[in-house]
Amino acid sequence: MTALVAQLDPSFFRDRSESDCIRENGAFCLDWALDNLDRYVTPTLEHLVLVVVSVALGFALAFAMALLSHRRRWLVPPFLGLTGVLYTIPSLAFFFLLLPITGRGADTAIIALTAYNLQIIYRNVMAGLANVPAAAKDAGRGMGMTERQLTWRVELPLALPEIIAGVRIATVSTVAIATLAVFAGGGGLGSELIAGSNITFRTGVAIAGGIAIAMAIAFDLLLVLLQRRLVPWRLAAERRSREGARFASLVRRVRGAVP
Amino acid sequence: MSLPLAFLDAVGGAIDFIFNPRESLGGGAEVGGLGQVGELTLDHLELTFAGLAVSLAVALPLGLYLGHRGRGEFLAVAIGNAGRAIPELALIAFLVAYVGTGFLNVTIALAILGIPPILTNAFVGVRQVDRTAVEAARGMGMSELGIVARVELPLAAPTIMTGVRTAAINVVATATIAPLAGQLSLGDFILARNVYGDEGVLAGAILVALLALAFELVLAAVQRALTPRGLELAREAG
Repeated sequence: MTALVAQLDPSFFRDRSESDCIRENGAFCLDWALDNLDRYVTPTLEHLVLVVVSVALGFALAFAMALLSHRRRWLVPPFLGLTGVLYTIPSLAFFFLLLPITGRGADTAIIALTAYNLQIIYRNVMAGLANVPAAAKDAGRGMGMTERQLTWRVELPLALPEIIAGVRIATVSTVAIATLAVFAGGGGLGSELIAGSNITFRTGVAIAGGIAIAMAIAFDLLLVLLQRRLVPWRLAAERRSREGARFASLVRRVRGAVP
Repeated sequence: MSLPLAFLDAVGGAIDFIFNPRESLGGGAEVGGLGQVGELTLDHLELTFAGLAVSLAVALPLGLYLGHRGRGEFLAVAIGNAGRAIPELALIAFLVAYVGTGFLNVTIALAILGIPPILTNAFVGVRQVDRTAVEAARGMGMSELGIVARVELPLAAPTIMTGVRTAAINVVATATIAPLAGQLSLGDFILARNVYGDEGVLAGAILVALLALAFELVLAAVQRALTPRGLELAREAG
């Protein structure tokens, strides 16, 4: 039991594993769920770490690749090809391809999840940069900005909606795929999905799956809020022409999101 | 042994596993070799095609219809977003725990992961079609069904194929964990280490990765073939 849980009144957890509901593998044993919530704390925290670290690493790498290839267009096809291959290889296979090199553990899972993220984020950053109006760039140049200033002060801020959209897609997908990390010895909520013969234990599957989906939704909402903060002008523009802007952003998302 | 050498050694063992049958770790059964690799590859393909076929059969007509009528945007987008949040392992576990195993059940699970990207992309692809092209077709006296089949579908084909490629990636990946639900696939090599050993596990990982990449290459070629000449010209010009 974790320290946090140990501080609670022990009577809070009364393991009811012997109840009829558990014996009959009932659709959802609420009593057992309430008594055993503590066992989901560590897997949930492990899952959070897997997601946050691999999305952060994926973002840093993909962002750097985007900056590099933004002014050196010849780098775009090899970057797209490389990240495309990494995106296509199923995560489970990726874990075991890495195993002889990196061994079992969260590191292996994080490398594979990071590799999966690159394509999603890289494509979105590039799409965002490509959608910056030429007039805005011309205005920047007219003000005497250097290329570097233009990138950081004009292009990247205007590309933020697409960049954040990419991070949202990457994060939500990673929360889902990180359930497979357990096969690489990386822990996470997957360990509660397949622990022992638990794959047939209905209540356990429902709780662990439910936490994973709730986590994906929570991350998505957080990133929407972040976008509202970082791109306030966008909200105003959307209010002005709600329909048009919404559809345009949908088109961009679909174009940018998938290879 | 240094790391690269150890890795090459492991890969060599895996390749040996693919080509030469051997006794299973527990003994008593012959595993590996091209015979079993071929069998499991076919199982994997069968599951993948079944899952993709159901996804297409459900998502394509629905996406085309919604896109043509210009409604249901919320539905098309929400399903696309929700699809990404479904953990594949949780879906398979849910299936085993609540519904049961079997080819049909696994196919439905795979289809659930394949439908969202196809639906969203079919919707968006049709909505993106130049309205003047649709009006011109209507003016020429085409029926609504004719407009969908002969104007909107071809012009939306590249976008739809992007969705199909994403769906295929999801389905191939999830078919890998189908052995957990009692359906054999190449994932069996990966998941049953106590039968196939480390070399079998790595062989499985290599085979699954190659299969996924092969799917991606074939579908990318199909996408190019389905892109109307006019769209390519417009892209080059624009």
